[in-house]
Amino acid sequence: MVSTRLENLVSADGNDSSAALVVLSGLIAVTVVSPLVWIVLRALQVDPARAATLMFSIRTAEILGTSLGLMAGVTVLSVLIGVPLAILTTRTDLPYRRLWTIVAALPLVIPSYIGAFAFVSAFGPHGELSSVFGLGLPDVRTLPGAILVITLYTYPYVFLTTRAALLSMDASLVDAARTLNADRLEAFRRVTLPQIRPAIAAGSLLVALYAISDFGTPAFMQVTVFTSAIYWEFGAFNVEYAALLSLQLLAVTAVVLLVEAKVGRDEDASGGGASGARIRLGAWRWPAMGGVATLGIVTLVVPVAIFGMWVLRGTGGGVSSYAFEWGYAINSVYLAALAALVASVLALPVGYLSARSDSRLARLFERGTYVGFAVPGIVIGLALVFFGANYASWVYRTVPLLVFAYVVRFLPQVVGTTRTSVLQVDEKLPEAARTLNASQIETFRRVTLPLIAPGVVAGGVLVFLTTMKELPATLMLQPIGTETLVTLIWSAHGTAHYRYAALPALILVVISGLSMLVLLRQEDNNVS
Amino acid sequence: MSVNNERTQRYGSTTDQRAKSKRSPAADEATILEVDGVTRRFGAETAVSKLSLSVRDGEFLTFLGPSGCGKTTTLRLIAGLERPDEGRIDLDGDRVADADGTFAPPENRDVGVVFQDFALFPHMTVGENIAFGLQERDDERTDDRVTELLDLVGLADKREAYPENLSGGQQQRVALARSLAPEPDVLLLDEPFSNLDVDLRVEMREEVRRIVKEAGVTTVSVTHDQEEALSISDRVAVMSDGQLQQVGTPEEVFQRPKSRFVAEFLGHASFLPGHIEEDVVKTTLGPIGRDRIHGLTVEYDWTTIDVLVRPDDLLARPAGEREADGRVIYRRYLGPTVLYRVELDSGEVLECMHNHSDRLELNEAVTVELAANHGFAWFPTDGEVF
Repeated sequence: MVSTRLENLVSADGNDSSAALVVLSGLIAVTVVSPLVWIVLRALQVDPARAATLMFSIRTAEILGTSLGLMAGVTVLSVLIGVPLAILTTRTDLPYRRLWTIVAALPLVIPSYIGAFAFVSAFGPHGELSSVFGLGLPDVRTLPGAILVITLYTYPYVFLTTRAALLSMDASLVDAARTLNADRLEAFRRVTLPQIRPAIAAGSLLVALYAISDFGTPAFMQVTVFTSAIYWEFGAFNVEYAALLSLQLLAVTAVVLLVEAKVGRDEDASGGGASGARIRLGAWRWPAMGGVATLGIVTLVVPVAIFGMWVLRGTGGGVSSYAFEWGYAINSVYLAALAALVASVLALPVGYLSARSDSRLARLFERGTYVGFAVPGIVIGLALVFFGANYASWVYRTVPLLVFAYVVRFLPQVVGTTRTSVLQVDEKLPEAARTLNASQIETFRRVTLPLIAPGVVAGGVLVFLTTMKELPATLMLQPIGTETLVTLIWSAHGTAHYRYAALPALILVVISGLSMLVLLRQEDNNVS
Repeated sequence: MSVNNERTQRYGSTTDQRAKSKRSPAADEATILEVDGVTRRFGAETAVSKLSLSVRDGEFLTFLGPSGCGKTTTLRLIAGLERPDEGRIDLDGDRVADADGTFAPPENRDVGVVFQDFALFPHMTVGENIAFGLQERDDERTDDRVTELLDLVGLADKREAYPENLSGGQQQRVALARSLAPEPDVLLLDEPFSNLDVDLRVEMREEVRRIVKEAGVTTVSVTHDQEEALSISDRVAVMSDGQLQQVGTPEEVFQRPKSRFVAEFLGHASFLPGHIEEDVVKTTLGPIGRDRIHGLTVEYDWTTIDVLVRPDDLLARPAGEREADGRVIYRRYLGPTVLYRVELDSGEVLECMHNHSDRLELNEAVTVELAANHGFAWFPTDGEVF
């Protein structure tokens, strides 16, 4: 009796249900990747000669050049800010190091387009400060301006990865170098730098990926890079050109990802724990603290102050069509909640399978769902526009298609947390349940699901919060008549009625802050 | 616990002479490292308190103490990885640190350090690790020096290997070679064997002593393992609570501990009360001749003292109820030997070490006898320093 039961455990029924799981995961992965097919299909419909002319035009070259310049500028500047900050907060005797660490990491909380919006509305031609001082402020709506703004909100990626590497690096290595007659600089160059280089590279690639796929900031700042150009061409009904530019953007993204796959991984941090001697800043601690404080003021205080000022001043005498209505916030919440729910449900089979099975297929499907991580939102938006307009006009500009776009874009977040929590469940527990006569499905429902629920929920919350902030896909697929917080900001910017965007922008800052908290909680859970 | 520093100091210097005459051929070796009244505080906590000590050229000295006693901080102070709050440190005649702000960073001190976790640079090969401190030499001389050191530590075939592919013992040899390569004045070893398996530990102890003696370098080591300290060192400096308790040869600190702390930290210690009566000290195990008690002075006549007895000084024999003076309350089988704990009728508890073939039962009535003919250390009953 026992033996037959054991046989059942390992044979037939197990294989059946895991086969079903593989099929299900495969379906989800294919569905999520499918938008890429539409964009390629649309691009292939362009007459080859015309495609060649467009692809090799001067304008395309300009767009490519500006995009690469933006990406390179942001990446270099982020390294120049992020790495010294990481050293300052881990290796020196800077007073209040914890506080400055938080200040330095916090800009990540604000979507860069919100920051760009704040700076444009303050320093732009119709901006707050210009109207106070009259003319004379340099226009920030330039490539350097965009580089600066994106850097201010993305350098924390480099800061955080470098900081983690410095913390996990065995500090006695530096001590060892010092006792071997290397002075501080030499020890940094020959020992510390080689140790933290992979982390700097990983952070830089995140920054590069963000910079190349960011739509809001270049759009707000009138800089013509791939993302903004795609949107403008699409708006001008140059659909073919938009599709071709999307392919180029995808190619650039693919190169960044390939470099990332080459550079990343392998290095795992050694020992750690042992804390070496700290660098004594002496009188330099004042300029150091001043520098970090200034950064915090520029990135955090200035935007919030500008928005706050507008909110307090009220919107009296303005254009009523831009007036804030709570209905916008409710629309945002509704869409984001739907996206979170769908993404969590879809993530369950994929995350579970990839954690429990070591087959290549499971790995492939999991990787497939990560397409949203690599593909810029503007491209996903455009792809679904093609799909809706050409093949399924009945879903075009409806809630389901918009939610699907969100799911494609943010599914990786919840797949990641689900996979991690499944990995943390001791494999003996489901086995124990099976020996206690629970069927496979019952075991999942009564044992596995309750254990992984916190991870899935955390992933769902992340999807919810990031969906609230999503700009390009929302703009392109927005159901007619459904305004949300981000579309309000967009149209307020378009007509230079900046102050109407203040409240939605403040709400989004708070929302983004919450997502940071969830991420930190998640990290704590993974550590313990 | 207070220690008379001045006395420790004087005692230390007489020990130096003894150590020299016994262990090193050259009679007039210079002091290479001098630590004088060094204090280091971390916030409200005093890690090292008024520590004074001198180390002679070529000597192997070990700081021994429980974790948190300040021994590693002392080592880091000598290396220049910490700054003293008070006191001064001289290395090879140069002032390297004092309270007035003189502070030579580690790279200017000519010290080599073998770290507890070895701290080998993971991105460099064995050869590159060893060559790290040899920047000032040209390539050929660097190469020769690396070869020389690889031969010294017996790893000539591992030159191109990366640290992660080495065993613990091999990593330790590389760390040792790397710190010896720039020919430091003083080699510092921070708990050098604590990351090794027990079997390897004993082997590496011998090996490290051989290597540093062959290199002729003055060595200061830190450990909490008393067996390691006693077996490897020319002199042992026992520390507790940031203070130096006693400095001396292994024999001196073991056989003539200056405090109960030192007595107990260096091995099992039982204290046998005895009353001094003219020529003998009367104990429950019978009288001990006055001449066998180290340095007993007249002012303690007719008082009670505690005589230090080690487990191997005592033997317990089975006895009938009449002649028995205690019973076995604890037994620990250690393989070659067995440790018995006997509670005497008078209330004292003594530990006796027996050969593994001797078998006593728990609760068995026994009589304990003193089976040693060497002298004994002693402590006043209420204090600790005689």
